[in-house]
Amino acid sequence: MSDITLAELCIFACSEAFRGNGEIVATGVGPVPRLAAGLAKLTHSPELMMTDGECYLVEQPVPLGPRRYDDRKPAGYLPFSRFFDAAVWSGRRHAMVTPTQIDRFGQINLSYMGGTYRQPKTQMLGVRGFPGNTIHHPNSFFFPAHGPRVFVPGEVDMISGVGYNPAKRVAGGNYSAVNLRTIVTNLCVMDFQGPQNAIRVVSLHPGVTFEDVQAATGFALHRADTLPETPLPDAEALAIIASLDPHNIRSGVIKDNPVARPSEVTS
Amino acid sequence: MTLDKRMSAAEVVAQLSDGMTLGIGGWGPRRKPMALVREILRSDLKDLTIVAYGGADVGMLCAAGKVRKVVFAFVSLDAIPLEPWFRKARETGQIDVLELDEGMFQWGLKAAAFQLPFLPTRVGLGTDLAELGGLKTVQSPYADGETLIAMPALRLDAALIHVNRSDWRGNVQVFGPDVYYDEWFARAATKSFVSCEELVDRMEDHYPDNAQANLFERCFVSGVVELPSGAHPSSMPPHYGWDMKAFKAYADAARDPGDWNAVKDRFVGATEADYLATFGGKEAVAALPLPIF
Repeated sequence: MSDITLAELCIFACSEAFRGNGEIVATGVGPVPRLAAGLAKLTHSPELMMTDGECYLVEQPVPLGPRRYDDRKPAGYLPFSRFFDAAVWSGRRHAMVTPTQIDRFGQINLSYMGGTYRQPKTQMLGVRGFPGNTIHHPNSFFFPAHGPRVFVPGEVDMISGVGYNPAKRVAGGNYSAVNLRTIVTNLCVMDFQGPQNAIRVVSLHPGVTFEDVQAATGFALHRADTLPETPLPDAEALAIIASLDPHNIRSGVIKDNPVARPSEVTS
Repeated sequence: MTLDKRMSAAEVVAQLSDGMTLGIGGWGPRRKPMALVREILRSDLKDLTIVAYGGADVGMLCAAGKVRKVVFAFVSLDAIPLEPWFRKARETGQIDVLELDEGMFQWGLKAAAFQLPFLPTRVGLGTDLAELGGLKTVQSPYADGETLIAMPALRLDAALIHVNRSDWRGNVQVFGPDVYYDEWFARAATKSFVSCEELVDRMEDHYPDNAQANLFERCFVSGVVELPSGAHPSSMPPHYGWDMKAFKAYADAARDPGDWNAVKDRFVGATEADYLATFGGKEAVAALPLPIF
């Protein structure tokens, strides 16, 4: 058997974010989050709902990459034309996404970097659904390249998703559904359970130290009382991941597709 | 037939004027009324405010200097995430914008459709959207007293929508797995113009069994144009998928040569027939496979 890759470890860690969520729509945007949602549904959380990536609800997660058009087996229907009514504004969803930037408040950015609203230095996608997602339902994040350009000092350039920044909270607004859950990166797993929802490291991937994570982050991190090693996926999980990603698209997610457990350097 | 709304693409554009607010249906690279957009690109129309879940429609109109302002939540070609011509217009400060969340956007169309000044929402609170976009808040008059964003109506002078079928009177039938917010563009607009893959005289004589596909009512349709392949290069299920090769060529041209005037013949054409011939004609478009997600 080939070595377990870091991408596979991340998929396994991300799938934990969807455990016990109940009958909600699990949306994973990008290969690792999408495989994670599928893995969660096929193992510990079969009650999860998900789409085929277009508009049909499926009970069997749809594999990544080229396949026959009609391979999906629709069990239900959730098009964009009713997505806000049914999934987002009802709070019946948990999305895992990869913004371009995130700050110490969990505020995220997908819109533009540098410059101004009128003339950005770098135009990105636009805020898409982030403002609505973050004020209405739980959200988690996956970052394949943990570094200070992603985990930025100060605040993100354009706040596209609600975080826990008290200065941004308009008085009288209802923020009760703001619920940032899990951050998985190529270095560690974090949550928002530090003081005042500060970002906190809860497990370290094999061979990574807290200091490594801190050095790659533009703001001070909290550390959990105990910092275990992030668990490796078991054989069942690996088999499911392989079946959902027959073209091995996951191998291109993290630079150089490293193994999960680097071999010990002995001298 | 007394209620004959048939017209040509040029006649649609003749009903539009400089400075108008135009809604464009579809979503990113899907179900875009691109043939009508190309007709605008062949015209002198300018200073438009474009309201769209944007794809190449927004990119091309920006590239051609037709746009004063874009109201958007994203502009993307999916597999090519960043629309390169839109990006260029933004990074040179060429256009004004109102950036919205995807859900707020449809809420604004609904407010316009219902002839309301705004609809309340929590969306936008805690982000930079409200401040940057000048969106105001409103307080619930009930016991909760909640502060909400007042999403203003997105009133459209005209909407452009591509549908699968229509009859002469504007009875449309819309198929495909997802119809996005096309019906709300239609109802938010003073006038809506639809292009269609198939035009029939009386819908009831041809496809009465598909009446449930009548996504919006004919009182919202002012003009009907038969334009098969009219969504190309965007997708129009079940007829054809998107043309990623064409999108890629279009995206590459934003870098090299990066000058719209040098490439517009290729991506707009002198006539729609010329345009389609460049991409292999209707047969080639019909053969484009439906996208897999």
